[in-house]
Amino acid sequence: MTDPLSPPPKKNPQVRTVSPTRPPEARSRAALGLSAAAAEGRFALQHCDECGKVQYPPRDACSGCLSTELRWKDTDAKGTLLAETTIHTSTKLYFRERTPWRTGSVQLDAGPVIICHLHGDCVRNGRVDIINRLDRSGQAVLLALPSQRSPHMEDDPQLRAMTSDPKHRRILITDARNPNTSEIARALSDAGASMIFVGLSETWRPSPTLDALSAMDKVDVLPLDVTDTHSVQKLAGAIGGKTDILINNARFLRPGGVLARSDTSFAKEEMEVNYFGLMRLAQSFGPVMASRTADGVNASVAWVNILSVHALSSQPEFGCFSASNAAARSLSQSLRAEFRASGLRVMNLYCGPTEDEWYQPLPPPKVTPQAVARTLVTGLQNGLEETYCGDVAKDVFERFRDNPLILERETTLAGDGA
Amino acid sequence: MRQSYDGVVLCAPFTTAYQRYSIETAHWWIARALKGSLDLAGLRPSEIDGFTVSSFTLFPDTAVGLTQHLGLSPRWLDHIPMGGASGVVALRRATRAVQSGDADIVACVAGDTNHIDSFRLMLSSFSRFASDASYPYGYGGPNANFALLTDRYMQEFGATREDFGKICVAQRQNALSNPGAVMKKPLTLEQYLAAKPISDPIALFDCVMPCAGSEAFLVMSEEEAAKRALPYARISGAIERHNAHAEDPIQLRGGWSVDIDELWDMAGCAPVDMDLVQTYDDYPVISAMQIEDLGFCPKGEAPSFLRDKDMTIKGDFPHNTSGGQLSAGQAGAAGGFIGLVEAIRQVTGQAGPTQVAGASSALVSGFGMINYDRGVCSAAAVITGGAR
Amino acid sequence: MSETILSDLAKALGDQSIKVIDLTHTLDPDFPVIILPPEFNQCARFRMEEISAYDHRGPAWKWHNITLSEHTGTHFDAPAHWISGRDLPNNSVDTINPANFVGPVMVIDCSEGSATNEDFELTPELILAWEEEHGEIPKDSWVLMRTDWSKKTGADYLNMRDDGPHSPGPTPDAIRFLIHERNIRGFGTETVGTDAGQGSHYTPPYPAHFYLHGAGKFGLQCLANLDLLPPRGAILLAAPLKIKDGTGSPLRVMALVQGNDI
Repeated sequence: MTDPLSPPPKKNPQVRTVSPTRPPEARSRAALGLSAAAAEGRFALQHCDECGKVQYPPRDACSGCLSTELRWKDTDAKGTLLAETTIHTSTKLYFRERTPWRTGSVQLDAGPVIICHLHGDCVRNGRVDIINRLDRSGQAVLLALPSQRSPHMEDDPQLRAMTSDPKHRRILITDARNPNTSEIARALSDAGASMIFVGLSETWRPSPTLDALSAMDKVDVLPLDVTDTHSVQKLAGAIGGKTDILINNARFLRPGGVLARSDTSFAKEEMEVNYFGLMRLAQSFGPVMASRTADGVNASVAWVNILSVHALSSQPEFGCFSASNAAARSLSQSLRAEFRASGLRVMNLYCGPTEDEWYQPLPPPKVTPQAVARTLVTGLQNGLEETYCGDVAKDVFERFRDNPLILERETTLAGDGA
Repeated sequence: MRQSYDGVVLCAPFTTAYQRYSIETAHWWIARALKGSLDLAGLRPSEIDGFTVSSFTLFPDTAVGLTQHLGLSPRWLDHIPMGGASGVVALRRATRAVQSGDADIVACVAGDTNHIDSFRLMLSSFSRFASDASYPYGYGGPNANFALLTDRYMQEFGATREDFGKICVAQRQNALSNPGAVMKKPLTLEQYLAAKPISDPIALFDCVMPCAGSEAFLVMSEEEAAKRALPYARISGAIERHNAHAEDPIQLRGGWSVDIDELWDMAGCAPVDMDLVQTYDDYPVISAMQIEDLGFCPKGEAPSFLRDKDMTIKGDFPHNTSGGQLSAGQAGAAGGFIGLVEAIRQVTGQAGPTQVAGASSALVSGFGMINYDRGVCSAAAVITGGAR
Repeated sequence: MSETILSDLAKALGDQSIKVIDLTHTLDPDFPVIILPPEFNQCARFRMEEISAYDHRGPAWKWHNITLSEHTGTHFDAPAHWISGRDLPNNSVDTINPANFVGPVMVIDCSEGSATNEDFELTPELILAWEEEHGEIPKDSWVLMRTDWSKKTGADYLNMRDDGPHSPGPTPDAIRFLIHERNIRGFGTETVGTDAGQGSHYTPPYPAHFYLHGAGKFGLQCLANLDLLPPRGAILLAAPLKIKDGTGSPLRVMALVQGNDI
């Protein structure tokens, strides 16, 4: 049984903050396929197209028939723990600082034997479920969990090291005015967040959600306007050092593509909020968050961007908005790379049309604030980098993964008019 | 039946005394061993026409760079990156080269340096599968890998830590007779059992001590050796196998078990005829595995087989007589030569303080390269004393 | 014109018998701007970004880039701002005769009524009552509606509710009176616009904008410190930036006041 995680004590100002260290990052190109699957929380292995043999470690040719047609497929994650060890010494600082550390050898039902991290409740010869997660180097690692849920199992230190669990963490949600904010705050509170800061722009105009937010336990509404550099710097100065998870849900959205508008006003505002807002937040909050990724139970752990799935491929009815999200997505990739050395994780949550005023003329299905909140919390608990909320987002992503050029044609048909 | 190794012999075994840390390079250590071996044989560098090298710390050089660095001009050149199997593999290749006339005198050398951080750096670039699928899991290096198979071996066959301790304690006893050994203090079973845990069930004295060192021997025709009045050893049989038993979920046996019958058939003798055994001892469980796979006892019975044996130089089952890697030190790729070079000394009566009385036959076994979860290369040779 | 007027003025400014009153709010990112329904393009908020601050971006100097609308902060409305003034000559800030930027100013104090009624209206009756006391409004003067609204901060300033903003302003009749009966130069307020918060519900909507600019008159809004001005007798300095085809401009509005008037 896992010892439940205790809330962290107040920080001792006389003790040096532990510098972030990282597990090994080097991987072959083939092994990056496992990391790509881990970014989405999937357990996938290479399967041979010709003979069907399941491969591990990742490789470039089938060890059964020499075919080079190996395809990553979601794979049965059940297995049996053959052997285990508790590592007491390691030449890698990251592990040295975290010993004892358990690893094991698991016979997968799917065929291969894997070396993996072990959840504390796994027992020798017991049945296990393998999960594929990103470690603090941002690369995939496999972790065995007991096949039967055990109490407080999410508090296992090795599991927590791979995830961005909100429990006992202090979280900033950037935009109180977004219709999804209350639900996100509630879900994070339910998931054990210790403090939820919510940014409110333009305090000189009313906010329909303010009263509900202010009434919530653990919620503190603070002035923040992501279009105003000074405002972002001011809030980072106040709470940057205790922001463990930042959730950027600021969004400016107006319908229309290029020709539907006759000027760049809305497009500028879209870029100001959706793109430059992210940049301003990153420049103010990023460095201090990146310095605190080894700071105990409530070390900083994740940066979340809520984006439109049309960041992947334009939705012409919202063409300019799609473009600003594509810009934000591209920026998030740069940010992810820049954070990589610290272990701070960037998670992008992609939504289809949301249930709010700007998508009001669109038919269902639409994403409710509750669904966004649920996907977000699950994504953090699973330590994801990419997650998709709602049927539309998942559908667009599947099509994008299959063939982005086909997707573009599917979404840009002009219809059979004249 | 494969062609025998008759007519070709091993001589001039040389070991450069090991050091825990060295400021020198692999090139320096290799040069020392090569010179040592040539001096024993009374040869000048220009008189060898074959050269093979094994080393982990030679980067960015290989055997090619060494020819220019050391002023050699061989007509047969090899680089054998097989770690613990390098010695026997070098022996096999060099012997065939001499048999075929591609070379007359081949110097086989292995050596590595050990800087303060070189073990950690070496680990970080060992193999692609290790980088992808082993190091990210605690970065325990070989310790963690062998801990897993030791754990499985103990479960499967009921072996105890005392069984492994017996191997380590005996080797320490042998090392005390070897002035070149890194380990200088006696080791008791109590100390072994109470040692600091490294990666359960592996503790401190199950692990080798990385160090700097080098080893060398020469391969030439029996006539050549006789002409030069060099003591030499003959090769009765030798085997080599890579990536055997890939289907085994965890390594409890090595490639020797595939080729064991051929080895003893070729050698024309049996395990019981051996005067000493040099196993590759990166961890005691691997020595136990070799003792089983090479036919001294059935699978899983090495612990009980060894329980009744005395593995010291003066005992009834002399094993790793120079102290092996566990007590003499683990000098990188030289660890693949330590048993073979010592065995050549033993069967030619040149082992000095570690000499097993009357030794004339030895089994030498090699095991190398934890590419991912297990050692991939295995090799073994039976050598016998020729002229003394 | 006597040369002594300006030298007298200089002397009066020097000995502070004439005081300079600042009627301007600080340009600040947090200062409210008018809010239109979200499907309309919006007025830019004031924003300021460092170009350098004695650092690697420029070692010995500090400066900013600023972005704002013509109608951000304390600002001037030119006739071209409204559709009713679109075709007038010299209707943009760059073409207005600069003589219009300095002139007499009347201040009608509506602060008492505005304190109790957020939708307080300036009516012709109130103007006439003011004239009873202070004399007729001279032709070509600025008329400012004092409400003390500039003292409100945060959400109270726009006072935005579900049915729109609530703040004092002139009725259509009052504006028509000031234009047709008094031929004023312009009209100014302390609120975010020259019209009342609920000004869109008059006929015509936004009557101050509609009538003033249609008649070639000017507007000033987001003024401050009107409580420091006398009902009449002060001189207003309100010179917009010379923006090509500009419909308005943020500006520093000041008043010259004789010492004994304060």
